[in-house]
Amino acid sequence: MASLPAHTSGNESIWGRLEPLLSKVQKPARYIGCEGGAQEPQWGPEKVSWLLIYPDTYEIGLPNQGLQILYEILNERPDAVAERSYAPWVDLEAELRASGVPLFSVDTHRPAGMFDVLAFNLSAELTYTNLINCVDLAGVPVRAAERGPDHPYVCAGGHCTYNPEPLADFLDFVVLGDGEEVVSDITEVLAAHKGAPRETVLRALCRIDGVYVPSAYEVTYEGQRLVAVEPRWAEAPERVEKRTVADLAEWPYPKSQLVPLTEVVHDRLNVEVFRGCTRGCRFCQAGMITRPVRERPADQVRTMVQEGLRRTGYDEVALTSLSTADFSGIADVVGGIVNDPSCGGNVSVSLPSLRVDAFGVAIAAELQKGRRTGLTFAPEAGTWRMRQVINKLIREEDLYSAVESAYSQGWRRVKLYFLTGLPTETDEDTLGIAELGRNCVELGRKHTKSPSVTVSVGGFVPKPFTPFQWFGQNTAVELQRKVHMLRDEVRKHKGVQMKWHDPRASLAEGMMSRGDRRLGPVIEEVWRRGGTFQEWSECFRLDLWEEAMATHGLDIDWYVYRHRTEDEVLPWDHLSAGLHKDFLWQDWRDSLAEVGLPDCRWTPCYDCGACTGYGIEHIVASATPPAGGSQGTGQDLNTGGLIPSEIAVPVSLGARPSSSAVSAP
Amino acid sequence: MRFRLRYSKYGKVRFLSHRDLARVFERSVRLAGLPVAYSEGFSPRPRLHFGLALSTGYESDAEFIDVDLNEDQGEIGSLEDLPARLGACLPAGVSVISAIQLEPGTPSLQEAVTSTTWRFELGPTEDARASDLAAEVAGLLAAEELVVELERKGKQVREDLRPLILGLSFERQTDGSGVLHAELGTKPRSVRPLELLATFRLPPEPIRVIRTHQWITRDGERFEPIGLTASLPHTEVCAS
Repeated sequence: MASLPAHTSGNESIWGRLEPLLSKVQKPARYIGCEGGAQEPQWGPEKVSWLLIYPDTYEIGLPNQGLQILYEILNERPDAVAERSYAPWVDLEAELRASGVPLFSVDTHRPAGMFDVLAFNLSAELTYTNLINCVDLAGVPVRAAERGPDHPYVCAGGHCTYNPEPLADFLDFVVLGDGEEVVSDITEVLAAHKGAPRETVLRALCRIDGVYVPSAYEVTYEGQRLVAVEPRWAEAPERVEKRTVADLAEWPYPKSQLVPLTEVVHDRLNVEVFRGCTRGCRFCQAGMITRPVRERPADQVRTMVQEGLRRTGYDEVALTSLSTADFSGIADVVGGIVNDPSCGGNVSVSLPSLRVDAFGVAIAAELQKGRRTGLTFAPEAGTWRMRQVINKLIREEDLYSAVESAYSQGWRRVKLYFLTGLPTETDEDTLGIAELGRNCVELGRKHTKSPSVTVSVGGFVPKPFTPFQWFGQNTAVELQRKVHMLRDEVRKHKGVQMKWHDPRASLAEGMMSRGDRRLGPVIEEVWRRGGTFQEWSECFRLDLWEEAMATHGLDIDWYVYRHRTEDEVLPWDHLSAGLHKDFLWQDWRDSLAEVGLPDCRWTPCYDCGACTGYGIEHIVASATPPAGGSQGTGQDLNTGGLIPSEIAVPVSLGARPSSSAVSAP
Repeated sequence: MRFRLRYSKYGKVRFLSHRDLARVFERSVRLAGLPVAYSEGFSPRPRLHFGLALSTGYESDAEFIDVDLNEDQGEIGSLEDLPARLGACLPAGVSVISAIQLEPGTPSLQEAVTSTTWRFELGPTEDARASDLAAEVAGLLAAEELVVELERKGKQVREDLRPLILGLSFERQTDGSGVLHAELGTKPRSVRPLELLATFRLPPEPIRVIRTHQWITRDGERFEPIGLTASLPHTEVCAS
């Protein structure tokens, strides 16, 4: 039989070569696919084939909702086919390399190199070396410039792509923002240009809103300083704007959530109830780049829950968002699910993040009628001053009322999330974390014999497109000092436990978070020296990062620890999340002045740019904030929520002041 | 009411662990709408009772699971439909073959099963290797004892495997591939297939390992928990 072109023959599965290797590795079930709800990819010679890759293990990557949404949308299109892949763990990687077996899809076990597009989800900086490793395992040159006409296009989307510059050498193109619509635009361009020279295709991709082609831009440096990032091609816009799906109601995905056969994180039905968050926490990149708030209509949430439970057989559903307790009418929605017999009874509902107030606990109480073990809150900082700096405006009373209410209603364990290494943080602020923990234990003692409070502390890494993008990150030594100081303080209090992230990992994360294209060779070298799975503590190697930085003449102080100035060109200035740079700068100044900024869902617009720039608005069903809490406003909102609106209509926010007129309360 | 199902496990799903498959069954009975009984307590679990674990990577014609259904919870439906109903909700490669209703007081699978038979597919086997294997099999069968050293709870223990090797034979198929057949005892403990192979001077490396039968020996009679061509009772089991 004559050999067929790679994209048309019917039986290209590498399963037969993989199967004997799987007997030699840990947890082989993560490489077999066969999930409930998996698509049946229909291949065709004219179709654009996508391999959607999560550059971490299957257990971490499978539940990723973004990847699952695109997997469905692409497979629904007549001109596209999509399969999935995940980073093979080090044991399988060694077997694959020894046997010359390439990276594969888990759906039909096709070799990765035969797809038209290798599309990566980038959710964490420490997975960058895994991305390169996956491209290499696919048999594709890791550097974009070395790829030829028969190689797949390598692209990435996800939160980290708001500063994709450290990966610019490796990516053919990058997608900013929501993927639901742009994947179709990309598919159409690729379908129309099948077989065209690479540069022609990349030039065409530049014309799509939200698509950034790194090779279409010239970067100029003066010494260490970045001076400009400018388009080289007429097709490339001066600034690439993110894509935003205006109305989540039009995208009820995933419709057929994957049900894995082996254990994964978040192994439950997930229904996204809204996207975006305007609480305005200044450290939080997700809250800045996903604006505005777009709520899913409550009816659609209910339908997706009912359908999802019926289809998957799960008995747990998580209502996901950046702050689910803020969903308009959340109590009704939750009550509806818990008490809905068509949801099969015995269904538990979870909210991934709980608001720090009694209202949040009241909802949790509604959810967990039976077993009440642990509740998690994120006050983020130990003192009111510090929380004003980061705009997480929870008063101590809010936290205590939440904790008291939790213990009084039968919970035994409370977990509190904090950041350390925040701007202007003093030792008093850091030690305030221990103080809060101790007071929470005291509150618990009133209700239970041995209350347990776990304090979890992460080192703060400044992120692009946040007000803290100018802030010099604390050194690893300083973070370590604070962590140890806090640990010693916490030890004095019975009942408080402490966990913390490795400050050295925060350092490596910080290199890439705000790095520029000169980081590319560093990432490549760390990868070449075996530094994959860097987000796994057993694999993390700070020495590789430090040595690679030194080898390439890059200064860690300059990249990570240095405060940026207002006039400095940032590596991501040619990209946009809609936020005006002067809004972010003003918010940074407000932060240093310890001035809070209210949530714009319920207060007049301060023109951050996310709505005004794109002609879109919040979609929030209730014009009043949820009852019973002050978080996000610093004001007593106990009277809020008394007049809930039943109908999901975009809230009109009235006249917009110019950004320079922003004044915080 | 307790039902016993026989199922096979073939293909990609052979890489599911026993634990994974248990979770898959829990979800599948729910998906199939079977009125499964739940355990008591804070986190009620469907009352499913699994037989002897099958090692990850092995295939099987003879896996069994006991399921408690509660007619107060809903229609149990006909016994004949049960395999298809549940099978439709299981992943490809796990096929429910037959089902019976158990008499109250039937011993559990873990208690009842006394031996299992295995098929080890060795792939192309040269003449010399084939006669070696035949000789090794003969030697093992002739041995009075087969003492192996095991580590148990941190201590070195010596154990005689010979009484648990109830049958062993080597077969050369017409295509030149070799197959080992073995019947291994499960009392007082199950001999793992790899333990058997490790007793060979040159341990065979099978391409596929398939559990073909599980046996219950009682009063000198050997029978399966459910036969393949089981005398399926054709009486309808109704919810009321």
